[in-house]
Amino acid sequence: MLLIRCPWCGDRDEVEFSYGGQAGVSYPDDPEALTDAQWAEYVFVRDNPRGPYAERWVHTNGCRRWFDTVRHTVTHEFLGEGS
Amino acid sequence: MEQHPDFLWRNPSPKWSYDVVIVGAGGHGLATAYYLAKNHGITNVAVLEKGWLAGGNMARNTAIIRSNYLWDESAGIYEHALQLWEGLSEELDYDILFSQRGVLNLAHTLGDVREGSRRVNANRLNGVDAEWLTPEQVKEFCPIVNVDPGVRYPVLGATLQPRGGIAKHDHVAWAYARGADRLGVDLVQGCEVTGFVRDGDRVIGVETNRGPIRAGAVALASAGHSSVLASLAGIRLPIQSHPLQALVSELLEPVHPCVVMSNHVHVYVSQAHKGELVMGAGIDPFNSYSQRGSVHVIEHQLAAALELFPIFGHAHVLRTWGGIVDVSPDASPIIGQTPLEGLYVNCGWGTGGFKATPASGWVYAHTIATGEPHVLNRPFGLDRFTTGALIDEHGAAAVAH
Repeated sequence: MLLIRCPWCGDRDEVEFSYGGQAGVSYPDDPEALTDAQWAEYVFVRDNPRGPYAERWVHTNGCRRWFDTVRHTVTHEFLGEGS
Repeated sequence: MEQHPDFLWRNPSPKWSYDVVIVGAGGHGLATAYYLAKNHGITNVAVLEKGWLAGGNMARNTAIIRSNYLWDESAGIYEHALQLWEGLSEELDYDILFSQRGVLNLAHTLGDVREGSRRVNANRLNGVDAEWLTPEQVKEFCPIVNVDPGVRYPVLGATLQPRGGIAKHDHVAWAYARGADRLGVDLVQGCEVTGFVRDGDRVIGVETNRGPIRAGAVALASAGHSSVLASLAGIRLPIQSHPLQALVSELLEPVHPCVVMSNHVHVYVSQAHKGELVMGAGIDPFNSYSQRGSVHVIEHQLAAALELFPIFGHAHVLRTWGGIVDVSPDASPIIGQTPLEGLYVNCGWGTGGFKATPASGWVYAHTIATGEPHVLNRPFGLDRFTTGALIDEHGAAAVAH
Protein backbone atom coordinates (compact mmCIF):
# COMPACT_ATOMS: atom_id res chain seq x y z
CA MET A 1 0.00 0.00 0.00
CA LEU A 2 1.42 3.33 -1.04
CA LEU A 3 1.21 6.35 1.25
CA ILE A 4 0.60 9.24 -1.12
CA ARG A 5 0.96 12.90 -0.31
CA CYS A 6 -1.90 14.96 -1.66
CA PRO A 7 -0.64 18.55 -1.93
CA TRP A 8 -3.88 19.76 -0.36
CA CYS A 9 -4.88 17.01 2.09
CA GLY A 10 -1.54 15.55 3.18
CA ASP A 11 -0.53 11.89 3.47
CA ARG A 12 -3.35 9.47 2.63
CA ASP A 13 -3.67 5.77 1.77
CA GLU A 14 -3.41 4.75 -1.85
CA VAL A 15 -7.02 3.52 -1.84
CA GLU A 16 -8.19 7.16 -1.82
CA PHE A 17 -6.45 7.88 -5.13
CA SER A 18 -6.73 6.99 -8.78
CA TYR A 19 -3.75 6.81 -11.10
CA GLY A 20 -3.30 9.06 -14.10
CA GLY A 21 -0.13 7.81 -15.73
CA GLN A 22 2.69 9.92 -17.07
CA ALA A 23 2.65 13.61 -16.17
CA GLY A 24 3.28 16.42 -18.60
CA VAL A 25 1.82 14.88 -21.75
CA SER A 26 0.02 17.74 -23.42
CA TYR A 27 -2.48 17.57 -26.24
CA PRO A 28 -0.77 18.36 -29.55
CA ASP A 29 -0.97 22.04 -30.48
CA ASP A 30 -1.97 21.24 -34.04
CA PRO A 31 -3.28 17.65 -34.22
CA GLU A 32 -4.06 17.92 -37.92
CA ALA A 33 -0.40 18.58 -38.67
CA LEU A 34 0.73 15.29 -37.10
CA THR A 35 1.66 12.26 -39.16
CA ASP A 36 -0.02 8.97 -38.28
CA ALA A 37 3.17 7.89 -36.52
CA GLN A 38 3.30 11.09 -34.47
CA TRP A 39 -0.36 10.73 -33.55
CA ALA A 40 0.22 7.10 -32.54
CA GLU A 41 3.10 8.27 -30.37
CA TYR A 42 0.83 10.78 -28.63
CA VAL A 43 -2.08 8.36 -28.17
CA PHE A 44 -0.32 5.10 -27.31
CA VAL A 45 3.26 5.64 -26.18
CA ARG A 46 4.27 6.79 -22.72
CA ASP A 47 7.54 6.70 -20.82
CA ASN A 48 8.00 3.48 -18.86
CA PRO A 49 11.21 4.00 -16.89
CA ARG A 50 12.75 1.78 -14.29
CA GLY A 51 13.55 4.61 -11.88
CA PRO A 52 12.11 8.06 -11.20
CA TYR A 53 8.83 8.67 -13.01
CA ALA A 54 6.84 11.90 -13.20
CA GLU A 55 3.22 10.84 -12.91
CA ARG A 56 -0.29 12.06 -12.12
CA TRP A 57 -2.69 11.05 -9.37
CA VAL A 58 -6.15 12.28 -8.48
CA HIS A 59 -7.44 12.30 -4.90
CA THR A 60 -10.70 10.61 -5.93
CA ASN A 61 -12.04 9.93 -2.45
CA GLY A 62 -10.82 13.23 -1.01
CA CYS A 63 -10.52 16.66 -2.56
CA ARG A 64 -10.85 15.22 -6.09
CA ARG A 65 -7.99 17.33 -7.36
CA TRP A 66 -5.24 16.22 -9.73
CA PHE A 67 -1.55 16.67 -8.99
CA ASP A 68 1.84 15.65 -10.38
CA THR A 69 4.50 13.86 -8.40
CA VAL A 70 7.72 11.93 -8.99
CA ARG A 71 7.92 8.34 -7.76
CA HIS A 72 10.63 5.70 -8.12
CA THR A 73 9.19 2.70 -9.95
CA VAL A 74 11.36 0.17 -8.12
CA THR A 75 11.40 1.46 -4.53
CA HIS A 76 7.99 3.23 -4.82
CA GLU A 77 9.55 6.13 -2.92
CA PHE A 78 8.00 9.53 -3.66
CA LEU A 79 10.75 11.91 -4.66
CA GLY A 80 8.94 15.22 -4.73
CA GLU A 81 6.55 17.23 -6.80
CA GLY A 82 6.49 16.79 -10.52
CA SER A 83 6.90 19.41 -13.15
CA MET B 1 6.10 -37.93 -9.45
CA GLU B 2 9.28 -39.28 -11.02
CA GLN B 3 12.62 -38.18 -9.63
CA HIS B 4 14.35 -35.47 -11.60
CA PRO B 5 17.92 -35.88 -12.72
CA ASP B 6 20.25 -33.34 -11.11
CA PHE B 7 20.70 -31.33 -14.28
CA LEU B 8 18.34 -30.95 -17.21
CA TRP B 9 20.54 -28.62 -19.23
CA ARG B 10 24.15 -27.50 -19.50
CA ASN B 11 25.27 -24.25 -17.91
CA PRO B 12 27.63 -22.91 -20.59
CA SER B 13 29.61 -19.70 -20.73
CA PRO B 14 28.55 -17.54 -23.65
CA LYS B 15 30.43 -17.84 -26.93
CA TRP B 16 31.49 -14.64 -28.69
CA SER B 17 29.00 -15.06 -31.50
CA TYR B 18 25.65 -16.69 -32.28
CA ASP B 19 23.23 -16.75 -35.18
CA VAL B 20 20.45 -15.70 -32.82
CA VAL B 21 20.59 -14.23 -29.32
CA ILE B 22 17.33 -14.33 -27.36
CA VAL B 23 17.12 -11.99 -24.38
CA GLY B 24 15.15 -13.54 -21.55
CA ALA B 25 14.95 -17.20 -20.51
CA GLY B 26 11.31 -17.21 -19.53
CA GLY B 27 8.74 -19.46 -21.14
CA HIS B 28 8.53 -17.44 -24.33
CA GLY B 29 12.29 -17.14 -24.77
CA LEU B 30 12.84 -20.84 -24.14
CA ALA B 31 10.00 -21.86 -26.46
CA THR B 32 11.40 -19.56 -29.14
CA ALA B 33 14.83 -21.17 -28.83
CA TYR B 34 13.32 -24.65 -28.98
CA TYR B 35 11.30 -23.94 -32.13
CA LEU B 36 14.20 -22.10 -33.81
CA ALA B 37 16.17 -25.31 -33.45
CA LYS B 38 13.36 -27.80 -34.01
CA ASN B 39 11.35 -26.13 -36.79
CA HIS B 40 14.03 -24.11 -38.54
CA GLY B 41 17.30 -25.96 -37.87
CA ILE B 42 18.88 -22.89 -36.31
CA THR B 43 20.84 -24.26 -33.36
CA ASN B 44 23.64 -21.72 -32.95
CA VAL B 45 21.43 -19.87 -30.50
CA ALA B 46 21.92 -18.39 -27.02
CA VAL B 47 19.21 -17.49 -24.55
CA LEU B 48 20.61 -14.84 -22.21
CA GLU B 49 19.03 -14.49 -18.78
CA LYS B 50 20.05 -11.82 -16.28
CA GLY B 51 18.73 -13.85 -13.35
CA TRP B 52 17.96 -17.54 -13.33
CA LEU B 53 16.05 -19.58 -15.83
CA ALA B 54 12.26 -19.06 -15.71
CA GLY B 55 12.44 -17.01 -12.53
CA GLY B 56 10.32 -14.07 -13.70
CA ASN B 57 6.70 -14.24 -14.74
CA MET B 58 7.13 -17.89 -15.71
CA ALA B 59 7.45 -18.61 -11.98
CA ARG B 60 4.69 -16.18 -10.99
CA ASN B 61 1.67 -16.81 -13.20
CA THR B 62 -1.51 -18.69 -12.32
CA ALA B 63 -0.94 -21.28 -15.06
CA ILE B 64 -4.36 -20.89 -16.70
CA ILE B 65 -4.63 -22.00 -20.32
CA ARG B 66 -7.52 -21.15 -22.63
CA SER B 67 -8.08 -19.78 -26.12
CA ASN B 68 -11.55 -18.21 -25.86
CA TYR B 69 -10.59 -14.74 -27.10
CA LEU B 70 -13.00 -12.58 -29.07
CA TRP B 71 -11.27 -11.52 -32.25
CA ASP B 72 -10.15 -13.71 -35.15
CA GLU B 73 -6.49 -12.70 -34.80
CA SER B 74 -6.41 -13.67 -31.13
CA ALA B 75 -8.38 -16.87 -31.62
CA GLY B 76 -5.82 -17.81 -34.25
CA ILE B 77 -2.75 -17.49 -32.09
CA TYR B 78 -4.22 -18.64 -28.77
CA GLU B 79 -5.94 -21.63 -30.34
CA HIS B 80 -2.67 -22.57 -32.04
CA ALA B 81 -1.13 -22.43 -28.57
CA LEU B 82 -3.85 -24.63 -27.11
CA GLN B 83 -3.36 -27.23 -29.84
CA LEU B 84 0.38 -27.22 -29.14
CA TRP B 85 -0.33 -27.58 -25.40
CA GLU B 86 -2.40 -30.67 -26.18
CA GLY B 87 0.66 -32.42 -27.59
CA LEU B 88 3.39 -30.76 -25.58
CA SER B 89 4.14 -33.43 -22.99
CA GLU B 90 4.69 -35.89 -25.83
CA GLU B 91 6.59 -33.39 -27.98
CA LEU B 92 9.02 -32.54 -25.19
CA ASP B 93 8.98 -36.00 -23.58
CA TYR B 94 8.25 -34.40 -20.24
CA ASP B 95 5.01 -34.41 -18.26
CA ILE B 96 3.88 -30.80 -18.02
CA LEU B 97 0.76 -31.89 -16.09
CA PHE B 98 -1.58 -30.28 -18.60
CA SER B 99 -5.06 -30.75 -17.17
CA GLN B 100 -7.97 -29.82 -19.44
CA ARG B 101 -10.44 -29.39 -16.62
CA GLY B 102 -12.43 -26.58 -18.26
CA VAL B 103 -12.45 -22.82 -17.83
CA LEU B 104 -15.58 -20.95 -16.74
CA ASN B 105 -15.90 -17.20 -17.30
CA LEU B 106 -18.79 -16.06 -15.13
CA ALA B 107 -21.36 -13.42 -16.05
CA HIS B 108 -22.85 -11.25 -13.29
CA THR B 109 -24.66 -8.54 -15.22
CA LEU B 110 -26.80 -8.30 -18.34
CA GLY B 111 -23.79 -6.76 -20.07
CA ASP B 112 -21.67 -9.76 -19.05
CA VAL B 113 -24.34 -12.13 -20.36
CA ARG B 114 -24.46 -10.40 -23.72
CA GLU B 115 -20.68 -10.19 -24.01
CA GLY B 116 -20.28 -13.84 -22.98
CA SER B 117 -22.93 -15.04 -25.43
CA ARG B 118 -21.32 -13.07 -28.20
CA ARG B 119 -17.94 -14.52 -27.34
CA VAL B 120 -19.28 -18.10 -27.39
CA ASN B 121 -20.59 -17.49 -30.89
CA ALA B 122 -17.36 -15.82 -32.01
CA ASN B 123 -15.33 -18.70 -30.57
CA ARG B 124 -17.42 -21.33 -32.34
CA LEU B 125 -17.06 -19.53 -35.65
CA ASN B 126 -13.30 -19.70 -35.12
CA GLY B 127 -13.31 -23.39 -34.23
CA VAL B 128 -12.70 -22.73 -30.55
CA ASP B 129 -14.77 -24.91 -28.22
CA ALA B 130 -17.24 -22.81 -26.24
CA GLU B 131 -20.57 -23.29 -24.51
CA TRP B 132 -22.98 -21.04 -22.70
CA LEU B 133 -24.04 -22.36 -19.29
CA THR B 134 -27.04 -21.35 -17.19
CA PRO B 135 -26.50 -20.77 -13.46
CA GLU B 136 -27.79 -24.32 -12.80
CA GLN B 137 -25.30 -25.73 -15.29
CA VAL B 138 -22.55 -23.66 -13.67
CA LYS B 139 -23.46 -25.22 -10.33
CA GLU B 140 -23.37 -28.67 -11.88
CA PHE B 141 -19.96 -28.08 -13.46
CA CYS B 142 -18.45 -26.46 -10.37
CA PRO B 143 -20.51 -27.34 -7.29
CA ILE B 144 -18.67 -24.98 -4.92
CA VAL B 145 -19.69 -21.84 -6.84
CA ASN B 146 -22.40 -19.90 -5.05
CA VAL B 147 -25.21 -19.29 -7.56
CA ASP B 148 -27.65 -17.87 -4.99
CA PRO B 149 -29.56 -15.08 -6.79
CA GLY B 150 -29.61 -13.05 -3.57
CA VAL B 151 -25.93 -12.02 -3.52
CA ARG B 152 -24.77 -8.59 -4.64
CA TYR B 153 -23.53 -9.83 -8.03
CA PRO B 154 -25.35 -13.11 -8.70
CA VAL B 155 -24.06 -15.60 -11.25
CA LEU B 156 -26.29 -15.16 -14.32
CA GLY B 157 -24.47 -17.67 -16.47
CA ALA B 158 -21.02 -18.47 -17.77
CA THR B 159 -19.01 -19.32 -20.81
CA LEU B 160 -17.26 -22.68 -20.66
CA GLN B 161 -14.22 -23.73 -22.64
CA PRO B 162 -13.97 -27.46 -21.89
CA ARG B 163 -10.49 -27.78 -23.43
CA GLY B 164 -9.07 -25.03 -21.20
CA GLY B 165 -7.28 -25.81 -17.97
CA ILE B 166 -3.95 -25.51 -16.21
CA ALA B 167 -0.41 -26.84 -16.56
CA LYS B 168 2.58 -26.98 -14.22
CA HIS B 169 4.47 -23.85 -15.20
CA ASP B 170 7.88 -24.94 -13.90
CA HIS B 171 7.66 -28.20 -15.82
CA VAL B 172 6.84 -26.27 -18.99
CA ALA B 173 9.96 -24.14 -18.58
CA TRP B 174 12.16 -27.10 -17.73
CA ALA B 175 10.80 -29.15 -20.63
CA TYR B 176 11.46 -26.40 -23.18
CA ALA B 177 14.87 -25.69 -21.63
CA ARG B 178 15.92 -29.31 -21.80
CA GLY B 179 14.56 -29.64 -25.32
CA ALA B 180 16.40 -26.55 -26.53
CA ASP B 181 19.61 -27.54 -24.75
CA ARG B 182 19.57 -31.00 -26.33
CA LEU B 183 19.30 -29.39 -29.75
CA GLY B 184 22.43 -27.33 -29.04
CA VAL B 185 21.04 -24.05 -27.70
CA ASP B 186 23.17 -22.33 -25.03
CA LEU B 187 21.10 -21.28 -22.01
CA VAL B 188 23.24 -18.64 -20.31
CA GLN B 189 22.10 -17.54 -16.88
CA GLY B 190 23.48 -14.59 -14.92
CA CYS B 191 24.08 -12.72 -18.17
CA GLU B 192 22.47 -9.30 -18.30
CA VAL B 193 22.14 -7.36 -21.53
CA THR B 194 23.36 -3.80 -20.93
CA GLY B 195 23.32 -2.45 -24.48
CA PHE B 196 23.24 -3.23 -28.16
CA VAL B 197 26.04 -3.34 -30.71
CA ARG B 198 25.00 -1.39 -33.77
CA ASP B 199 26.21 -1.04 -37.32
CA GLY B 200 24.19 1.92 -38.51
CA ASP B 201 20.53 0.95 -38.31
CA ARG B 202 21.38 -2.69 -37.89
CA VAL B 203 21.75 -4.47 -34.55
CA ILE B 204 24.70 -6.89 -34.76
CA GLY B 205 25.03 -7.96 -31.15
CA VAL B 206 24.56 -7.19 -27.50
CA GLU B 207 26.70 -5.81 -24.71
CA THR B 208 26.44 -7.87 -21.53
CA ASN B 209 27.93 -8.02 -18.05
CA ARG B 210 29.94 -10.94 -19.44
CA GLY B 211 31.23 -9.09 -22.47
CA PRO B 212 29.95 -8.35 -25.96
CA ILE B 213 28.22 -11.09 -27.93
CA ARG B 214 27.75 -10.85 -31.71
CA ALA B 215 24.46 -12.02 -33.18
CA GLY B 216 22.88 -12.34 -36.60
CA ALA B 217 19.60 -11.46 -34.93
CA VAL B 218 18.66 -10.28 -31.45
CA ALA B 219 15.23 -11.21 -30.15
CA LEU B 220 13.79 -9.63 -27.01
CA ALA B 221 11.59 -11.85 -24.86
CA SER B 222 11.78 -9.91 -21.65
CA ALA B 223 8.16 -9.20 -20.68
CA GLY B 224 7.97 -6.49 -18.02
CA HIS B 225 11.45 -5.20 -18.80
CA SER B 226 10.90 -4.87 -22.55
CA SER B 227 10.68 -1.07 -22.41
CA VAL B 228 13.96 -0.82 -20.53
CA LEU B 229 15.78 -3.03 -23.04
CA ALA B 230 14.20 -1.39 -26.07
CA SER B 231 15.18 2.03 -24.76
CA LEU B 232 18.83 0.87 -24.83
CA ALA B 233 18.32 0.58 -28.58
CA GLY B 234 16.54 3.94 -28.75
CA ILE B 235 13.13 2.39 -29.32
CA ARG B 236 9.99 3.47 -27.46
CA LEU B 237 7.40 0.73 -27.06
CA PRO B 238 3.70 1.28 -26.34
CA ILE B 239 4.08 -0.68 -23.11
CA GLN B 240 3.47 0.14 -19.46
CA SER B 241 4.91 -2.11 -16.75
CA HIS B 242 2.69 -2.94 -13.80
CA PRO B 243 2.71 -5.38 -10.88
CA LEU B 244 0.30 -8.29 -11.21
CA GLN B 245 -0.24 -10.12 -7.95
CA ALA B 246 -1.31 -13.68 -7.22
CA LEU B 247 -1.64 -15.80 -4.12
CA VAL B 248 -1.99 -19.37 -2.90
CA SER B 249 -3.72 -20.98 0.04
CA GLU B 250 -2.30 -23.84 2.04
CA LEU B 251 -2.65 -27.32 0.55
CA LEU B 252 -6.25 -28.52 0.62
CA GLU B 253 -8.12 -31.66 -0.33
CA PRO B 254 -9.48 -31.45 -3.89
CA VAL B 255 -12.49 -29.12 -3.73
CA HIS B 256 -12.32 -27.12 -6.94
CA PRO B 257 -12.68 -29.15 -10.13
CA CYS B 258 -12.05 -26.52 -12.82
CA VAL B 259 -10.91 -22.95 -13.46
CA VAL B 260 -13.31 -20.13 -12.58
CA MET B 261 -12.78 -16.59 -13.78
CA SER B 262 -14.95 -13.58 -13.10
CA ASN B 263 -14.36 -10.26 -14.81
CA HIS B 264 -17.01 -8.51 -12.82
CA VAL B 265 -16.33 -9.32 -9.17
CA HIS B 266 -12.84 -9.91 -10.44
CA VAL B 267 -10.94 -12.95 -9.37
CA TYR B 268 -9.74 -16.12 -11.07
CA VAL B 269 -9.25 -19.35 -9.15
CA SER B 270 -8.09 -22.87 -9.75
CA GLN B 271 -6.70 -25.57 -7.50
CA ALA B 272 -3.16 -26.64 -8.32
CA HIS B 273 -2.15 -30.27 -8.62
CA LYS B 274 -0.57 -30.22 -5.17
CA GLY B 275 -3.76 -28.84 -3.63
CA GLU B 276 -3.28 -25.13 -3.08
CA LEU B 277 -5.92 -22.71 -4.32
CA VAL B 278 -4.28 -20.36 -6.80
CA MET B 279 -5.87 -16.94 -7.25
CA GLY B 280 -5.23 -13.79 -9.16
CA ALA B 281 -7.01 -10.63 -10.19
CA GLY B 282 -6.12 -7.30 -11.78
CA ILE B 283 -2.93 -5.35 -12.05
CA ASP B 284 -1.92 -2.71 -9.55
CA PRO B 285 -2.76 0.56 -11.28
CA PHE B 286 0.62 2.29 -10.99
CA ASN B 287 3.75 1.66 -13.05
CA SER B 288 6.29 -0.45 -11.23
CA TYR B 289 9.28 -2.74 -11.65
CA SER B 290 9.28 -3.90 -8.03
CA GLN B 291 7.59 -7.33 -8.30
CA ARG B 292 5.29 -6.41 -5.46
CA GLY B 293 1.94 -4.68 -5.21
CA SER B 294 -0.44 -3.24 -2.65
CA VAL B 295 -2.36 -5.33 -0.14
CA HIS B 296 -5.72 -3.75 -0.93
CA VAL B 297 -5.58 -5.44 -4.34
CA ILE B 298 -5.27 -8.78 -2.54
CA GLU B 299 -8.11 -7.89 -0.16
CA HIS B 300 -10.32 -7.09 -3.12
CA GLN B 301 -9.76 -10.38 -4.88
CA LEU B 302 -10.24 -12.34 -1.65
CA ALA B 303 -13.56 -10.58 -1.07
CA ALA B 304 -14.60 -11.58 -4.59
CA ALA B 305 -13.42 -15.15 -4.04
CA LEU B 306 -15.40 -15.42 -0.80
CA GLU B 307 -18.59 -14.21 -2.41
CA LEU B 308 -18.23 -16.75 -5.20
CA PHE B 309 -16.91 -19.56 -3.01
CA PRO B 310 -18.19 -19.29 0.59
CA ILE B 311 -16.33 -22.55 1.36
CA PHE B 312 -13.02 -20.67 0.96
CA GLY B 313 -13.79 -18.85 4.22
CA HIS B 314 -12.00 -21.73 5.95
CA ALA B 315 -8.83 -21.39 3.89
CA HIS B 316 -5.76 -19.35 4.74
CA VAL B 317 -3.54 -17.31 2.48
CA LEU B 318 -0.15 -18.93 2.51
CA ARG B 319 1.81 -16.68 0.19
CA THR B 320 1.31 -13.71 -2.11
CA TRP B 321 3.68 -12.38 -4.75
CA GLY B 322 3.86 -10.12 -7.76
CA GLY B 323 5.32 -10.16 -11.23
CA ILE B 324 5.91 -7.28 -13.61
CA VAL B 325 3.62 -7.46 -16.62
CA ASP B 326 4.02 -5.59 -19.89
CA VAL B 327 0.64 -4.07 -20.65
CA SER B 328 -0.10 -2.92 -24.20
CA PRO B 329 -2.80 -0.41 -25.17
CA ASP B 330 -5.12 -3.06 -26.67
CA ALA B 331 -4.34 -5.96 -24.29
CA SER B 332 -2.77 -7.84 -27.19
CA PRO B 333 0.85 -8.81 -27.73
CA ILE B 334 3.42 -7.12 -29.96
CA ILE B 335 5.43 -9.67 -31.95
CA GLY B 336 7.69 -8.82 -34.83
CA GLN B 337 10.37 -6.65 -36.29
CA THR B 338 11.45 -3.34 -34.80
CA PRO B 339 12.57 -0.28 -36.79
CA LEU B 340 16.14 -1.58 -36.35
CA GLU B 341 17.17 -4.37 -38.70
CA GLY B 342 18.14 -7.51 -36.84
CA LEU B 343 16.23 -6.59 -33.68
CA TYR B 344 12.94 -8.33 -32.92
CA VAL B 345 10.50 -7.83 -30.10
CA ASN B 346 7.96 -10.10 -28.45
CA CYS B 347 6.17 -8.34 -25.61
CA GLY B 348 2.88 -6.86 -24.52
CA TRP B 349 1.44 -10.19 -23.37
CA GLY B 350 0.49 -8.37 -20.21
CA THR B 351 -1.51 -10.47 -17.82
CA GLY B 352 -1.99 -13.44 -20.14
CA GLY B 353 1.31 -14.63 -21.56
CA PHE B 354 1.61 -18.07 -19.99
CA LYS B 355 -1.23 -19.62 -21.96
CA ALA B 356 0.35 -18.46 -25.21
CA THR B 357 3.85 -19.80 -24.51
CA PRO B 358 4.02 -22.51 -27.21
CA ALA B 359 2.48 -20.38 -29.97
CA SER B 360 4.45 -17.32 -28.98
CA GLY B 361 7.67 -19.28 -29.38
CA TRP B 362 6.42 -20.91 -32.58
CA VAL B 363 5.57 -17.69 -34.43
CA TYR B 364 8.50 -15.71 -32.99
CA ALA B 365 10.93 -18.39 -34.14
CA HIS B 366 9.35 -18.24 -37.59
CA THR B 367 9.67 -14.45 -37.66
CA ILE B 368 13.33 -14.53 -36.64
CA ALA B 369 14.25 -17.43 -38.92
CA THR B 370 12.60 -16.12 -42.06
CA GLY B 371 12.66 -12.36 -41.45
CA GLU B 372 8.93 -12.36 -42.11
CA PRO B 373 6.08 -12.71 -39.61
CA HIS B 374 4.16 -15.97 -39.43
CA VAL B 375 0.57 -15.61 -40.64
CA LEU B 376 -0.56 -15.85 -37.01
CA ASN B 377 1.53 -12.93 -35.74
CA ARG B 378 1.31 -10.69 -38.81
CA PRO B 379 -1.61 -8.72 -37.25
CA PHE B 380 0.36 -8.26 -34.00
CA GLY B 381 3.11 -5.97 -35.31
CA LEU B 382 4.18 -2.65 -33.85
CA ASP B 383 2.70 -0.96 -36.94
CA ARG B 384 -0.87 -1.56 -35.78
CA PHE B 385 -0.62 1.41 -33.44
CA THR B 386 0.01 3.64 -36.45
CA THR B 387 -2.47 2.02 -38.82
CA GLY B 388 -5.12 1.85 -36.10
CA ALA B 389 -5.75 -1.88 -36.66
CA LEU B 390 -5.85 -2.62 -32.94
CA ILE B 391 -6.89 -6.00 -31.56
CA ASP B 392 -8.87 -4.93 -28.54
CA GLU B 393 -9.05 -7.85 -26.14
CA HIS B 394 -9.73 -6.04 -22.87
CA GLY B 395 -12.91 -8.09 -22.45
CA ALA B 396 -11.47 -11.51 -23.15
CA ALA B 397 -8.28 -10.72 -21.26
CA ALA B 398 -10.50 -11.21 -18.20
CA VAL B 399 -8.21 -9.03 -16.11
CA ALA B 400 -8.71 -5.34 -15.37
CA HIS B 401 -6.08 -3.12 -16.92
